Amino acid sequence: MKSVVFIKRVPDTDSRIRIAPGGTEIETAGLKYVMNPYDESALEAALQIRSLEGEGTVTVVSAGIPESVDVLRNALARGADDAVLLTMDTGSEGLPLAEVVAAELRDRDFDIAFFGVQSIDDNQGAVGPMVAELLELPAATSVVSFRAASGSVEAIRAIEGGVEVVQLRMPCILTITKGGYEPRLPSLKGIMAAKTRPLEEKPVTPGPAQLRTLSLELLPERTAGRIVGEGVGAVPELIRLLHEDVKVI
Amino acid sequence: MATVVAFIEVRDQEIRKSSHEAVTAARLIADGTGAELLALVIGPPGISRHAVDLGFLGADRIAVAESADFDLCNAEAWTSLVVGVVRGNPTKAVVFPGSAMGRDLAPRVAARLGVGYASECLDFEVVDGALVVRRPRYSGKVIAREAFSTDPAILSLSSNAFPPRERLAEGTLEFIPVLMDELDGGAVVKEVRSTPGQQLDLGEALIVVAGGRGLREPENFRLIEELAEALGGAVGASRAVVDAGWRPHHEQVGQTGKTVSPDLYFAVGISGAIQHLAGMRTARTIVAINRDPDAPIFKVADYGIVGDFSEVLPPLIEAVRKLRS
Repeated sequence: MKSVVFIKRVPDTDSRIRIAPGGTEIETAGLKYVMNPYDESALEAALQIRSLEGEGTVTVVSAGIPESVDVLRNALARGADDAVLLTMDTGSEGLPLAEVVAAELRDRDFDIAFFGVQSIDDNQGAVGPMVAELLELPAATSVVSFRAASGSVEAIRAIEGGVEVVQLRMPCILTITKGGYEPRLPSLKGIMAAKTRPLEEKPVTPGPAQLRTLSLELLPERTAGRIVGEGVGAVPELIRLLHEDVKVI
Repeated sequence: MATVVAFIEVRDQEIRKSSHEAVTAARLIADGTGAELLALVIGPPGISRHAVDLGFLGADRIAVAESADFDLCNAEAWTSLVVGVVRGNPTKAVVFPGSAMGRDLAPRVAARLGVGYASECLDFEVVDGALVVRRPRYSGKVIAREAFSTDPAILSLSSNAFPPRERLAEGTLEFIPVLMDELDGGAVVKEVRSTPGQQLDLGEALIVVAGGRGLREPENFRLIEELAEALGGAVGASRAVVDAGWRPHHEQVGQTGKTVSPDLYFAVGISGAIQHLAGMRTARTIVAINRDPDAPIFKVADYGIVGDFSEVLPPLIEAVRKLRS
């Protein structure tokens, strides 16, 4: 099985986001960056299928500013065989990003291209299904687990109130959600081995964005409400408030 | 006349609530741009019987594509159907529900048409003829105002952001022919399996009862489930208990789980980490139950009870049951 995993560098989930002067971008100074958590699951899925089959390759691809090389090194340390960074001057999202990824994948020989179901910065969940459209490949999104055998994949995708079972012809695209593939962490041995694995950088120029950010705003701080009371004694008053004042129950 | 298309999702022969929200949102855009609203319903034969009701929610035209093969989703064929409708009508926007299906199809349609896509939209305005959306970024830590520079705008919605509004008007029903060659895709849905006890989706629920590490043991989630059931709500969980394997990932609220905006959110034994708050702080009313009076969750909660879940929940469940009976 030849797998390609697309990964993205994003601010850590514990980051407190601030808005930069100008009001259309976030303040990046002082932010800690990590591999997008859903991409960690996607990478894990690819690594597991390689060990299951005892053969095959896992190529990791990222597209972004030069610093994105960090998440590729991290992926190599977790066990990926080689890495490609599509280098761009500024970050890109949505269809222009999908176009540069599709252009990279078009000439590659692969069986499954994995994506995280969404990134935790842009939240769109768009790049995987967009690449599938651009390459005219079958795709399943929000995949919890899958099995691959004789040219086809059976994927379990999370939907409201249950799961959907999808049969896909390979090559195909899967976007992975968390839950089924608990990501491994880089080992010391892996970190050493990663230094000798191929990491190629290719400059790309994505097309113009189709959405322009007019402004970013932080959600207004919620004002702390009130402590209704302590322990069991507070229950009747809470019920009264929710029933009579807020009328929500 | 310009058209705004609302994509309608059908499951088990019924139109889903999230699709009613898509009609409401599409109506707002149609009114703002002087367009007519076309609701596109794809489903098994007979679905048009339910589809006519969409007129009362705001649809001017209800276009139905019925096929015996449309009991289960066929993403490639349905993308083609949506694109066909867009090409056949001067379309300003296509609105998808914020469901798994909506979020799967919308980016495919955007890519096929070569236009922009915005997910999880919270509201809209029209500025100099361009559609401007507000949508969360960084999983709700930031709200962005973004303007489309391409037409049509492809959108999916945040759940619970557009409560359905009824009107006294009917829509006209029309049928779209389905060509069989559209059905030959490389991905085929074999079946849908419902998860017992998960009928109500966390993202769509109007009441969410969530538990965290403060519950001490996975078995104690029984009380969370009982309170959720008594309230007719869904169960949520913090990242800590999902990572610990107590609860499945589809129950996780927060930056690497679901972002929810219910009318009422109970946080029980949840301290209130930044990534958790990002996922629930737009709830209308937040109730926190926690032993630690200094827990950050009390800073965002409307009402708090300082106390141990094991003491507070049983009488609370009892009181809710009494109220509801």
